[in-house]
Amino acid sequence: MFMAVTDANENHAFRHESLQKTLTGIPGLDDITMGGLPKGRPTLVCGGPGCGKTLFSLEFIVKGALQFNEPGVFMAFEEKADELAANVVSLGFDLEELQREKKVKIDYVHVDKSEIEETGEYNLDGLFIRLGYAIDSIGAKRVVLDTIENLFSGLSNEGILRSELRRLFQWLKEKGVTAIITGERGENTLTRQGLEEYVSDCVILLDHRVINQISTRRLRIVKYRGSLHGTNEYPFLIDDEGISVLPVTSLTLNKKVSSESISSGIDELNNMMSKNGFFRGSSILVSGTAGTGKTSIAGSFIDASCKNKEKCLFFAFEESPAQIIRNMSSINIDLQAHIDSGLLEFFASRPTLYGLEMHLVAIHKAIKKSKPSVVVLDPITNLITVGSVSEVKAMLVRLIDFLQEEQITVMFTALSMNTIVNDQTDEGVSSLVDCWLMIKDIESNGERNRGLYIMKSRGMQHSNQIREFVITDHGLELIDVYLGPDGILTGSAREAQILQEETGEVLHTNALGRKDRELLRRRKVLEAKIDSLRFEFESAEEELNKVYIEEELKKEFMEQTRQKMTDIRKGAGYRNEK
Amino acid sequence: MTEGDLLTAMPENEDEQKYVLRLFVTGASPVSVRAINNLKVILEKHLNDNYELEIIDVHQQPLMVKDEDITAVPMLLKKFPLPFRRLVGDMSDYEKVLRGLGLK
Repeated sequence: MFMAVTDANENHAFRHESLQKTLTGIPGLDDITMGGLPKGRPTLVCGGPGCGKTLFSLEFIVKGALQFNEPGVFMAFEEKADELAANVVSLGFDLEELQREKKVKIDYVHVDKSEIEETGEYNLDGLFIRLGYAIDSIGAKRVVLDTIENLFSGLSNEGILRSELRRLFQWLKEKGVTAIITGERGENTLTRQGLEEYVSDCVILLDHRVINQISTRRLRIVKYRGSLHGTNEYPFLIDDEGISVLPVTSLTLNKKVSSESISSGIDELNNMMSKNGFFRGSSILVSGTAGTGKTSIAGSFIDASCKNKEKCLFFAFEESPAQIIRNMSSINIDLQAHIDSGLLEFFASRPTLYGLEMHLVAIHKAIKKSKPSVVVLDPITNLITVGSVSEVKAMLVRLIDFLQEEQITVMFTALSMNTIVNDQTDEGVSSLVDCWLMIKDIESNGERNRGLYIMKSRGMQHSNQIREFVITDHGLELIDVYLGPDGILTGSAREAQILQEETGEVLHTNALGRKDRELLRRRKVLEAKIDSLRFEFESAEEELNKVYIEEELKKEFMEQTRQKMTDIRKGAGYRNEK
Repeated sequence: MTEGDLLTAMPENEDEQKYVLRLFVTGASPVSVRAINNLKVILEKHLNDNYELEIIDVHQQPLMVKDEDITAVPMLLKKFPLPFRRLVGDMSDYEKVLRGLGLK
């Protein structure tokens, strides 16, 4: 039991040892291979003609010398040293200088069948000696054999060559150099001479495909003994800085999120969202039919961001930068000023320039280089011309993934040409984007107006209203859509309705005034009537009062008179009784 | 017989017509020894003394290996007369050696 544990530990330690890797310095490749090529072992790089094998291996050597201080030997079987040097001058590699500094050694091995006569048994000791000498003379840690299969065209004894190659690769391992062996792709095998049989630690396949007249380079790690590695086909790009491979997907969904907001550049639009703008690091889709002002919204967003000192990148797939700048200046957005201040950069390319993957790689590269905080792609739908909808979607997933990782806010514009494409956009992108602005055409009364609404905005309250979107010469404006008695009114109909209602108002107030005066008059008449009636009543009352008083007075007087009469009668009666 | 003509013509200006040969071998390995022996027999038989043969050990002269673009060993370089040829192997195939040297 105890023994077993020890064994496991030893195994583990041994495995750890065997997994040592050498960084290639080729951007992206080291991510896919999770640390580079197997250290001290040969790696086979194979592919068809023109797929970039030589450049790949040369970059491995040059980057090793420049970045990792690992001198390298490049043994060329195809091109002469000066040809090689000339080929990579455009990439900024100065092979001559590196050779003078003893960081790189290039050995051109020429095998010409026409001047060779095979007269019996032989071996490749000459090659071993040369390679060994080259390695030792500069203390090389890296070796490239490009393309060793050329030996087979010069020498015909395959049996000898095969056993010698096997010995060579073994010898390279013993030397402890990290080697790349390139091989031309065969009919049904990875290499014509089946080199993969001998080099089995790591095999990388390069591919150059042309689909729909657009070429895409791809790279795949066929095998990598004892190491995890990305298994997909990864697109790679050869440009003026050499090879860059795109590690296309991060498999996890554990990105940071920000609750900070970033202004859309249109105040009214900001007000439609509870956070007063988009979330930083979110993805925004602006979709609409042709001519609805998608680019203007993007321009306005860029303008606002630049004014907040954010670095912006504008990828234009439809218009040239100059055209966009001119067009934006017509709505009072001065992009040129932002370019001059270095906050805004344009990257314009025709979609058909290269394949989708290449676009992605190019976008990646540009973003990595200028590290913006805001990115605009205008319009993504143009990319469909070079790929199917699903491919574009896959590309956008990866792009958004990457941008979110970097906390970059991205705005895409998408053209929806008709309902079908619109549906595709819905399906394709809506699940990816955090915020979706839709611009709809509202057609009525023989004119077309734009209505903007927020289809979705993850993580915040937003207005559900359709606003009329107006492009004026001083910027973009959102106007509350006018709800008339007959439904939504926009454009001139809205203006007309407003005018009509204003007229109505005036007439109404006028009518009201007349009625008021009439009422006042009536009131006065009535009040006058009331007064006269009151006076009448008062006089009647007075009349009545007069009768009452007279009656009273009469009553009082009669009482007095009767008293007097009684008194008089009493006196007379007394006398008679006596 | 063109070869006969060549051979008879050669002694007249001996210095210029001398074969210049360079043989690269790896030390005293069996194949190298075989190559040297085989070659000497052929040369003695066909060229008499009319040749200059330099035998070089690749281990001793790595720079020359590079300069002469040596890959397979043993390798014999026929530097003169032209055309330049490379003879690879232990020189056991007499026919090919003669053809390579332009003696047949």
